Amino acid sequence: MRAGRRLSIPNWIGTVPFFGYVAVFLLWPTGIVVYDAFKNPAGNFTLSGLTALGNSQVRGYFIGSFKLSLISAVIGAAFGAILAYAIAAGNPDGMIRRLYLSVSGVLAQFGGVTLAFAFLVLIGPVGLLFHAGWYFNFPWGITLIYAYFQIPLMVLVFLPAIDGLRVQWREASESLGSSTWQYWRYVGGPLLMPAFLGALLLLFANALSAYATIQAWEDQVPYTVPQQIYNSMSSEVGLANINYADVLALGMVVLVAIVMTGYALLGRRAARWLR
Amino acid sequence: MAAVTSVGETPLAAPAKRPVGMQARRRRRLNLFRYVVFTVFGLFIVLPLLAMARFSLEGAKLGTWSLSAYRQIASYSSSEGIPPLISAVEITLELAVITSGVMLVLVVPTMIWIRLRVRWLARTMEFLSLLPLTIPPIVLVVGLGPIYDKIQHLSLSALMLFWVYVILALPYAYRALAAGLSSIDAITLSEAARSLGASWFSVIVRVIVPNMWDAILNALLLTCALVLGEFTIAFFLLYVNLQVELYSISRNTPDAGVIFSTSFAALLFTFVLLLILSFARRRRRGFPRG
Amino acid sequence: MTRTRDGAARTAVEVRLEGLSRHYGAVVALDHLDLILQPGELVALLGPSGCGKTTTLRLLAGLEDTDTGSITVGGRDITRLPANRRDMGMVFQAYSLFPHMTVRQNVAFGLRLRRVSAADRDKRALEMLELVGLSAQADRYPNQLSGGQQQRVALARALAIEPQVLLLDEPLSALDAKVRAQLRDQIRRIQLEVGITTLFVTHDQEEALAIADRVGVMKEGRIEQLAPPTEVYSRPATSFVAEFVGLTNRLDGEVSGGQVTVRGCTLPLMEQNVPDGRVVALVRPEAVTMASHTSEESSPLVGTVIAVTFLGATSRVTVDLGDTTVMAQLTTSDAATLSAGSRVALTIRPDPVLVSTSSEPGAAGAGEEA
Repeated sequence: MRAGRRLSIPNWIGTVPFFGYVAVFLLWPTGIVVYDAFKNPAGNFTLSGLTALGNSQVRGYFIGSFKLSLISAVIGAAFGAILAYAIAAGNPDGMIRRLYLSVSGVLAQFGGVTLAFAFLVLIGPVGLLFHAGWYFNFPWGITLIYAYFQIPLMVLVFLPAIDGLRVQWREASESLGSSTWQYWRYVGGPLLMPAFLGALLLLFANALSAYATIQAWEDQVPYTVPQQIYNSMSSEVGLANINYADVLALGMVVLVAIVMTGYALLGRRAARWLR
Repeated sequence: MAAVTSVGETPLAAPAKRPVGMQARRRRRLNLFRYVVFTVFGLFIVLPLLAMARFSLEGAKLGTWSLSAYRQIASYSSSEGIPPLISAVEITLELAVITSGVMLVLVVPTMIWIRLRVRWLARTMEFLSLLPLTIPPIVLVVGLGPIYDKIQHLSLSALMLFWVYVILALPYAYRALAAGLSSIDAITLSEAARSLGASWFSVIVRVIVPNMWDAILNALLLTCALVLGEFTIAFFLLYVNLQVELYSISRNTPDAGVIFSTSFAALLFTFVLLLILSFARRRRRGFPRG
Repeated sequence: MTRTRDGAARTAVEVRLEGLSRHYGAVVALDHLDLILQPGELVALLGPSGCGKTTTLRLLAGLEDTDTGSITVGGRDITRLPANRRDMGMVFQAYSLFPHMTVRQNVAFGLRLRRVSAADRDKRALEMLELVGLSAQADRYPNQLSGGQQQRVALARALAIEPQVLLLDEPLSALDAKVRAQLRDQIRRIQLEVGITTLFVTHDQEEALAIADRVGVMKEGRIEQLAPPTEVYSRPATSFVAEFVGLTNRLDGEVSGGQVTVRGCTLPLMEQNVPDGRVVALVRPEAVTMASHTSEESSPLVGTVIAVTFLGATSRVTVDLGDTTVMAQLTTSDAATLSAGSRVALTIRPDPVLVSTSSEPGAAGAGEEA
């Protein structure tokens, strides 16, 4: 321990590199998007860009995004919860658990070109397994593809919660006279509900932000907001379109922010009970 | 000593008969459920992968088998220079390494420092680290355009993507690192080290970090997985990385087998690494039964 | 008897465990255990970890299956009944309160499962909370209570359903020492008031001796001795019991003619028919006292004081006899004259002692409790 001159540099200086980095590469671009959404071609502040959000075509994109995200989130959450429970019920050090966790870790990030193509090859028009007529249907075809990464994500996020169910609660409940069903209804279910809902919201936000997969699945018709953002940015017709993209992006940010706030709040409740 | 012996029971020599009680029945039912679940999900996971593998071995005519896709990747004629796919793979791998390095150097010391000395910033760091999850890459891209335009003047390499990849990977890496940091009592360890005369640098590098290897490896792997799979931002900013190259191949060439062989290899690579990591990890779990 | 406010009473029941065995693979947790709990009595199962005491309790509760044997409660064979139909109240070591329910809801939970009306549930829950002294906390959540308070709520919850048997699985082990003593007495008081047959598992012998009607000392799946606390302490049936419960000095001695001579003191034997020969005598520290000055100075129990440990009313003096060490428990006033290094002459009171002929691991010397 070096005695000597007492430095008056405050401790938080050590965190400046990190916060500075985040400020430049995350906060600033987001700020630009938000700022530009309120700018008209002449560069003045205006709310007129926002009227694009009222446009029925734009509404259609948001509805499309919303529909796809909701359905894939619900399906991912339901099946993922079942899989997570099956994993949690087994040996904590066992092969199966490690295997499925590693697989989930990889597949949760999987997406884009390769995923869409894998399904195309599997159940598309010249599918190896069979031809699913609904493969190019929105939202069901793309939902199946989304499930491929939503379910693993659910496992990753929800498994800790199931692990957090203490065995004493089950045993106490039973010794007080509950059946299995009653345990889940009064104890296990309510305890898991915040974590489940939180995970559901996370899956929703995840699907909402996804772009690469759906673009690879079907790049001619834009169903969702990200696809439309791409379209509007790649066919630049003057500055008006950039503003349009900004407005769409702003809409997305707001939507996702609301969802993620919900996720954070539910996560806090879950952590309190299931620590 | 209670000395009543039960009538008719032979002493310990008799082997345990198959348990028929409630708990055993319940365990059996549970195991049946588990095996069904694992089989069904296992199929769901494996079938698309099998399709990929099969397709990567597809020949010129449908239904034939051929290694031509793999051969194509493995070879290139020097007169044409390196085919775009190979250079895309190289660049992406380099990006993965750079991103991981920057991520660790930026995040790990900051996390530890906050944990030890600047507790009041912990919430802020957590919030900012998870924020990228809220801001879809597609939005980032819209805002990043002007910034990257400026950088373009200085360098044209796709390696510049690492600046934003660190941000993208931040939530996943942060979560993994935070789990690792919170599972050790960093404060007590650092106080012990300080009382023995260690500088703050030593505390971080020689005491805390070695106890976080699991988490660091995990974060590294998640970062690499993310970089290998990133498409949107590279695509929008008109850079070429692995996924973008695969995409343009898919749009321009009928030779889709190449896509699969490459991505299958990438997938397998990541998966095997994660599996190895999970075996290397020691399980610290729960509390001992009384 | 479980008394409710209106004075209605239920009679306590007898619990019979007969021939219970439990194996985990090659490990024997319980070996044909027999145990009968008289109506209304509190039996404490005491022993080191792995002795099978918790297994016994969990078998009784139905949380695990027994390989052999039967369990009878109040004349009814419940061996095949699942845990949720056994009508027992159980208090766990820790963490058993449902975190998403208030104290009141926790206590009323068992009643809710039995479809008791909301008004009656509430009334009964409050009664139970008053019994344990926590009615003021009825609307708090478990994580707002201290460890001792949580265990009291757990007790209230277990008793609310008017069970036939009360099971306590090391309920005090996770608590601070001071809270432990208070809560221990409170549990005993409530158990007596309610009059319920109770099985209490612990590894702390002080707890067991303080509150039980009978103590069952267990080792490796069998009960070594089942007797009232005073008997277990002063008349241990085996050397394991003698050494596990309380402190013991192991001193070489010689048996002849039905008595044993230890260090010049002749002591009666606890057991009959001990063959003559060399033995190890198990002597309690309280039986070792200072020799009065009028007795022979050349008593072989003379030594140098190593340490004096102040325990309040008594003090424990450890004395080096040259070839071995012995512990004596003296009144503090007697011990006041002693300090490390002083010479002291001791004698052994002629209480009956247990002797051990087998050479057990560890040289003859003062034995510590496990």
